[in-house]
Order: sequence, then structure tokens, then C-alpha cells
Amino acid sequence: MKIQTTEDRNVKLNMTSMIDIVFQLLVFFIMTFKIVEMEGDFNVRMPLAAKESTSIEDVLPDLITVKLKVGAEGKIAGIDVDNGVEGDTYFDADMYSRLTDFVEKTIDAEGDPSEAIETEVEFDIDFDLKYSYTVQAIESVSGKIVDGQVKKLIEKIKFKDNSDQSE
Amino acid sequence: MRFRKDNQTEIMEGDLTPMIDVTFLLIAFFMVLINFTEVDRAEEILLPKSRLAIPPTVRPDYQIILNLDVNGVVKFGGQQFDAIDLLDSALEREKSAAQIENVQPRDISVIIRSHQDTPTGLVQQLINKCQQVGLENFSLRVKERINQ
Repeated sequence: MKIQTTEDRNVKLNMTSMIDIVFQLLVFFIMTFKIVEMEGDFNVRMPLAAKESTSIEDVLPDLITVKLKVGAEGKIAGIDVDNGVEGDTYFDADMYSRLTDFVEKTIDAEGDPSEAIETEVEFDIDFDLKYSYTVQAIESVSGKIVDGQVKKLIEKIKFKDNSDQSE
Repeated sequence: MRFRKDNQTEIMEGDLTPMIDVTFLLIAFFMVLINFTEVDRAEEILLPKSRLAIPPTVRPDYQIILNLDVNGVVKFGGQQFDAIDLLDSALEREKSAAQIENVQPRDISVIIRSHQDTPTGLVQQLINKCQQVGLENFSLRVKERINQ
């Protein structure tokens, strides 16, 4: 008995049209592709009522005031820090790392870690300071990198309202 | 004169299977990587860079993306506002749209994408404008810096 194998009838599909479409798709996806860089957030919860809380400021001992002063061309000129107990002014190139050290020292002085989380930073920023310097300052108070690990410092950030001092 | 008869009567056909396999793989790769979701991003805005920014893990219930450029022009929801003061009605509209979806104004996530050279005063004006409408949950968006 002879068994008929399928190879005998050599069925051939016409691939041309499929390959055409596939290449069209490929070209479309390559053209529309662009590398999206990862973005992250600094979260700031800032209710409007917080502005009136300046009267109870002296009741809260754990408030750090950071003033960012503008220099020429919107660059940063100096940082004033004040935690109610002691204050300082930084002008040099590593002022951001010194700001981080100041915040860390203040938090360590609190002792209780749960209280450290309560510590709040209020930024008083000159109008013309470029935003990138502001972000760098926010980064400096919100944490630091120790041995590749992020050490969190301050989570509560607010801005002092000085939007009326424009120009 | 005798012509040699063409012996290539049958069409040369290579095996197309591997090529099609690879092509489909490429298509799948680009399809997965492409994202149309972030249409609210204004590409001309150069965000400041930071190492410590937290990438958003969960999408908030309701978010407003405000793009602020160097001159204080706000791009938001496909519209352009030449001054921050013109935003009132648009923000009110967003607020009522959020309330329809049962999201309270204080839970609306306001994502501020500001150019790195924008004066911080303008960013603060924008935040104040949002606060007047009742928004209080802000995120300052930055680009992640990878290097140490």
C-alpha cells in the first residue's frame, strides 16, 4: 500500500502582500518611536490655609526656614538657613551639600525618628531664581544618597508666599 | 546561431520564514515601547534634572498637567494661556469635571512641568492660582538623572 505524503502536493502561499504590510507596520513604528526619558516627581502638599499658620510658627519648633537668594542672571547667590535654634548662611560652591548637612543635623537633634518626619521646610525664594536651582534645593532637603541608598530627610515642603514681589 | 535556452524557468524562492519571524519580533518590540498616553507633555519644555525624584508608581485618580515655559506661558489640556491669570476658568472647569468623577479638589494631582530656567516666582504664582481654586496636591516634575 502506498501512503501519499503531504509533501507530494507542494502548497505555496503567496507571501508578497503580507511582507509588504509587515514592512509598512515596521516602518510606521520605527518612525513614531522616540526614547522617553523617565520622569519623577517631588510631591508638595500645600493647602491655601497654610499661609495663615505663620502665627503658630513659634509653637512648632521643627520648622526649618531656607531662603534662596538670587544673584546675576537668575543664578543662586546664597542660602540662608534657620531652624529656630541656629542659623547660617552659605555662599560657597558646595552650599547645597551644606544645606543637606544642616537639615540632617536638625533631624538628628530631634532624636525621635517619628518627630523627624514631622519636620517641615519652608522655602523663601527670590522671584527671579531659576527653577533648576529651586529643584536642586528641594532635592537637597528631601534626601541624600549614602552608599547608593537614598536616605530620606524631609517630606514636608512648603513655599513662603512671595509671589507679589514680582520683577 | 543557437540561443541557449533559459534554464531559470522556475522562480528562485528563498526561505522567508526567519525574516518574517524577525520582522514580527521587531514590530512587537516597537509596539510595546511606543506610548501615546503622555500627549500632555510639551516637548519644548526642558525639565530640571534630579537624582532623588520619585517616579510615579500609581496613576492618580485625577491629574492636571500644567506646562510652564520660561516666559510664563502655560500649556494645559491642548490650550495655551499667555498669562497665569487667564487660567481661572480652565481650572474651574477641571475641578467640576473631577467632581463628576467623585474626586475632591484636594485630591486632584496637579503636575507642574516647568522649564528649568523659569523664574521660581512664576512657578509660585501658578501654585497660588491653583490654591485659590482649592487644589493643594502638587507634584513638581523633574527628569531623572541616572549617573551618580
